[in-house]
Amino acid sequence: MDIINLDALAIAESIREGEISAVDATTAFLERIREVEAIVNAYINVSYEEAARRAEMIDAMLAEGRDPGPLAGVPIAVKDLLSTRGFTTTCGSRMLENFVPVYDATVVGRVGEAGMVMLGKANMDEFAMGSSTETSYFGPTRNPWNPDTVPGGSSGGSAAAVSAGEAPWALGSDTGGSIRQPAAMCGIVGMKPTYGLVSRYGLVAFASSLDQVGPMARNVGDCAALLGVIAGHDPMDSTSIPAEKVDYQGRLDGEVRGLKVGVVKEISSRGIDEGVLERFRAAVSKLEGLGMEVGEISLPSFEYALSAYYVIAPAEASSNLARFDGVRYGFRASAEGEDIWEMYDRTRSIGFGSEVKRRIILGTYVLSAGYYDAYYGQARKVRTLIVKEFERAFRTYDVLVSPTTPSVAFRLGEKVDDPLTMYLSDMCTIPVNLAGIPAISLPCGLSEGMPVGFQLMGPALGEATVLNVAYALESELGFDQRPPIGRS
Amino acid sequence: MAISMEEVEHVAKLARLALSGEEKEAMRCQLSDVLEHAHRVSEVDTEGVLPTSHVVPLVNVFREDVVRPSITPFEATGNASWAEEGAFRVPRIL
Repeated sequence: MDIINLDALAIAESIREGEISAVDATTAFLERIREVEAIVNAYINVSYEEAARRAEMIDAMLAEGRDPGPLAGVPIAVKDLLSTRGFTTTCGSRMLENFVPVYDATVVGRVGEAGMVMLGKANMDEFAMGSSTETSYFGPTRNPWNPDTVPGGSSGGSAAAVSAGEAPWALGSDTGGSIRQPAAMCGIVGMKPTYGLVSRYGLVAFASSLDQVGPMARNVGDCAALLGVIAGHDPMDSTSIPAEKVDYQGRLDGEVRGLKVGVVKEISSRGIDEGVLERFRAAVSKLEGLGMEVGEISLPSFEYALSAYYVIAPAEASSNLARFDGVRYGFRASAEGEDIWEMYDRTRSIGFGSEVKRRIILGTYVLSAGYYDAYYGQARKVRTLIVKEFERAFRTYDVLVSPTTPSVAFRLGEKVDDPLTMYLSDMCTIPVNLAGIPAISLPCGLSEGMPVGFQLMGPALGEATVLNVAYALESELGFDQRPPIGRS
Repeated sequence: MAISMEEVEHVAKLARLALSGEEKEAMRCQLSDVLEHAHRVSEVDTEGVLPTSHVVPLVNVFREDVVRPSITPFEATGNASWAEEGAFRVPRIL
């Protein structure tokens, strides 16, 4: 059986039915990792021994007739900003190169309780700041579709791992598009849930009012199942919504006739490459073919979403990253005879990479005396307008759509020295984070031989509908291509 | 919105970052671009609009104040580069 080409739910079933063991599944993915990691670099640390041990333990439990969880033995990759007890959590930074957490993130605990086996920690832009995974201290991840191009970011390692068959699914995090944008560029499915649906406990904070953990998978069914595992109230996160558990995967029936879909004008025309628009429009007509009513909607504040985001996110980041001072954890630069102030300065200057420093400076600037109202105060008011425009749109439409990214994956090094151009690659995904609503990206074809992502957005806690429309569209599109890497 | 070298230096000091001359110059150019884009928020009419800091309508999330198991001082200081007897060591403060 070609295990690495099975989707996650099929692996779960094969293990449950006794056709393969948990060890077989884990071994197959670890072998695949050994085979392609030299090119892809999707992982910062692979848990070869721990994963093998855990798979053996699950097989032993199954043999004894005990229940190791509904997804027993299914391997998973975890973005390296989620705390894993006893296993390095680096955030892609020199600052945390040797940091070993003393507790599990809630989502890590939940995938473990479901019986999953963690294969390793996925590469990412340093502290999730980036759109290409090039700012990782541990070297860039490469796109399995073309190793000269980036996988997107910041969850580029998670996306590339799933795309290259180095994991059946993965956990990522999304602050301004960091799940959806790499999912689009690597030809997989990725979802940013409603803010507060998934616990942030144990997620290393970047911008606390925007960060959200979410699932990345090969198809919508797997994505829905993984969301079902990680979603749900957590008393350890004070922003966690006390909502009822929903069986997202069980609710996928593909019945979308009569639902209304709005194409968002501001992020579906100007600034988007023609090849991406062609695939996007073809997918929209598939939605019509499914019996959905398609209209166009203008949300004028979206023109200002990117500007607002690049005030709010760095402001929150500059505050969150103040904790990295060389005292309690992480890297410390020390020199004979220096005082604590010199130690702080040197630690932070050597421990952080240039993109992180840029955002800390930017955030500190917009929060500093004299600029606070003009930037931070005003950006938060623009945020209110974006929230209200979405609310108004969802009174008419069940879902909104746009391309996920303005272009397909770009070349390594192309944008790394030009931050503003890099930031523009998140123009379609950022409004969703500002409003805290859910959105998914699924592949809708190829342009220039590279995957194109289709973004579906829904109202707060509207995950079930978003997933169901994505599910219907996915089967209509029939996109099942895999990257050529390491295949004969 | 050009940002001056003095402003970069001032903000770097507030953020406890010691930047090299080269870094400061790169930072000044790149931040001027980004700030120019960010400053577009000022074009929006926000008369009477309240700021949003947080999108979830939750206030005052309370829990019972009960004693729970916690990590030990040894675990809490285990990731520090310099710790002794469950306490963090730092260079001289004065």
